[in-house]
Amino acid sequence: MMAINMKKGSPITDKIFKYVAIGAATYVLAIIIMIVVNLTTGSAQVWQQEGISFLTGSDWNSVEGRESYGAAPYIMGTLVNAGIAMAISIPLSFGIAMFLSELAPKLLKTPLAMVIELLAAVPSVVYGLWGLLVFRTYIQDWIEVPLHNLFGDQSIIFAGTPFGLDILTASIVLAIMIIPTIASISKEIMLAVPNSQREAAYMLGATKWEVFRLAVLPYSKSGLIGATILGLGRAVGETMAVTMLIGNATGAAAFPSSLFGPGQTLASIMANEFAEASQGGLHLAALVGIGLILFIMAFAINVVAHLLVARVVKSHEGAVLA
Amino acid sequence: MITVEQRAEFRKHFRYNVGRRLVLDKVVKCVVFLCVVVAVVPLVAILINVFTNGAAALSWDFLTQIPGAVGSDEPGGIGPAIQGTIVLLGLSSLIGVPIGVMGGIFLSEYGNNRYGRTVRFFNDVLAEFPTIVIGVFTFVLIVLTVGNFSVWAGSFALSIVMLPIVMRTTEESLKLVPVTYREAGYALGIRRWRVVFTIVLSGAKSGLITGILLSVARIAGETAPLVFTILGSSQFIQGLDGPIDALPLRIWRLSSLPYDSSVTQGWGAAFVLIIMVLAINIGVRYVFLQKKGKTFMKFKKMGVI
Repeated sequence: MMAINMKKGSPITDKIFKYVAIGAATYVLAIIIMIVVNLTTGSAQVWQQEGISFLTGSDWNSVEGRESYGAAPYIMGTLVNAGIAMAISIPLSFGIAMFLSELAPKLLKTPLAMVIELLAAVPSVVYGLWGLLVFRTYIQDWIEVPLHNLFGDQSIIFAGTPFGLDILTASIVLAIMIIPTIASISKEIMLAVPNSQREAAYMLGATKWEVFRLAVLPYSKSGLIGATILGLGRAVGETMAVTMLIGNATGAAAFPSSLFGPGQTLASIMANEFAEASQGGLHLAALVGIGLILFIMAFAINVVAHLLVARVVKSHEGAVLA
Repeated sequence: MITVEQRAEFRKHFRYNVGRRLVLDKVVKCVVFLCVVVAVVPLVAILINVFTNGAAALSWDFLTQIPGAVGSDEPGGIGPAIQGTIVLLGLSSLIGVPIGVMGGIFLSEYGNNRYGRTVRFFNDVLAEFPTIVIGVFTFVLIVLTVGNFSVWAGSFALSIVMLPIVMRTTEESLKLVPVTYREAGYALGIRRWRVVFTIVLSGAKSGLITGILLSVARIAGETAPLVFTILGSSQFIQGLDGPIDALPLRIWRLSSLPYDSSVTQGWGAAFVLIIMVLAINIGVRYVFLQKKGKTFMKFKKMGVI
């Protein structure tokens, strides 16, 4: 008998191939490390000058000689903006997902799912353009003016003259943008719940809602949380639509207080001020520093999301997200 | 024995209980349906608005001419932006696709170990990064070092956006090729790299192409990385180390101008962009996915489409 040894005499090309593949995979890690290094060195100047007050301060002054930068209003703006958007989009997306996976008649299901998925592919700048040219007037006339007339300046969150370019508009358009993402992933997760779960509940005489609540929801819970956090990650990092709609306040005025006041997020201040800062100096370092803050926020959100989703995959093979 | 009174009592409770549950069921169904309507109306309104307003702006000159002076009577067109987007898509695919496919091959063929899991994890994280961070990173890395905005910088930034998508979709498509195919190749004495290239890649062709096309559609609409890297221009491309225009960037610039003509042009540019993106998405769905429903489902669960 002749011994077969596949490994022996394996030509160099196999090794080269393997190392090229490893190299390509390492490229991803290298990019992430380079992002961290470049953002840190690029913003070193502002950290040296401002120290911790870059995180806590609210001054934003790029005038030569009186330069002072603090990112606190934009961090708050990002959180508030993403928070409102999530509060609007989570119930709506789960509603859509439930409708598509449990209730919709077949005739409606396919086209509706298709539209939702295609809308996830529409570029954010188009959402921004639509928000700016169309949606803004509707929200101003139908929501903001009535609310303002009703509650007026006594309330804090409805204070200020409604203008349309404010935190509320930006948040709602942001919510519209992330609904397709969360809805289509949630739908897939709900569809991945085995039918035996539903049938068991139906057999006990459960109504559709009870089936959803007792059989589908517990089974897909962590997957839905993962989908939500992915949506949150997109909401936090979303740039163009927010930049076009949020009104772009700077400094202490950008602290979000009224829904009808202009605000600013981490991403939008980078896009807005970049043109003036591109020559270099402290202003640029401040913007790169803001990029670093945004990077850390998005990184943390995504890591949490993926860890949760990985747990879903491990706990039951049915609900897969990644 | 249950007495008649007990039975009546029981029925009363039963009716009350079931009635309550049925009402709740109806209420929830109505609420869910309302959710769908509330969410779908603005989403469909966007499409309708872009299509009606954008189609009105279209003309041959609009698609081929350079933009006129700001606010002048000659609005010009968006020719450089269309050209720039196509150049950027091509160049970023040149950088991103080979690396992404090779990385995907690693994850699928050699990635069943600790290092493979690490790469997969960070690849997934990179796929969801805010693209503006990638733009700033490219600006610091390339534009500041070289000293000028360039097509290369833009392509590099976009290639980072597309890379994780290509890598993940490649991995998932390769994994769907049965291991027996590979074994058949090995049994014939074919080397591993040739097995991967000739047997596995051709078996996973449609999934691979789908992933690449979807990633191209994704980067076609990316604006944030371009703001920091290509600057924008109103001329046709001068060279790969100079600034260039791109459709999303042009839409953003037009939206900040107060003139009626720029609003019309903004709609027109959005129309062209959305047609490009949706054509790729719908085309992929109909051409490649009919055969490989499984790959498609997998991509859906990953959230790439």
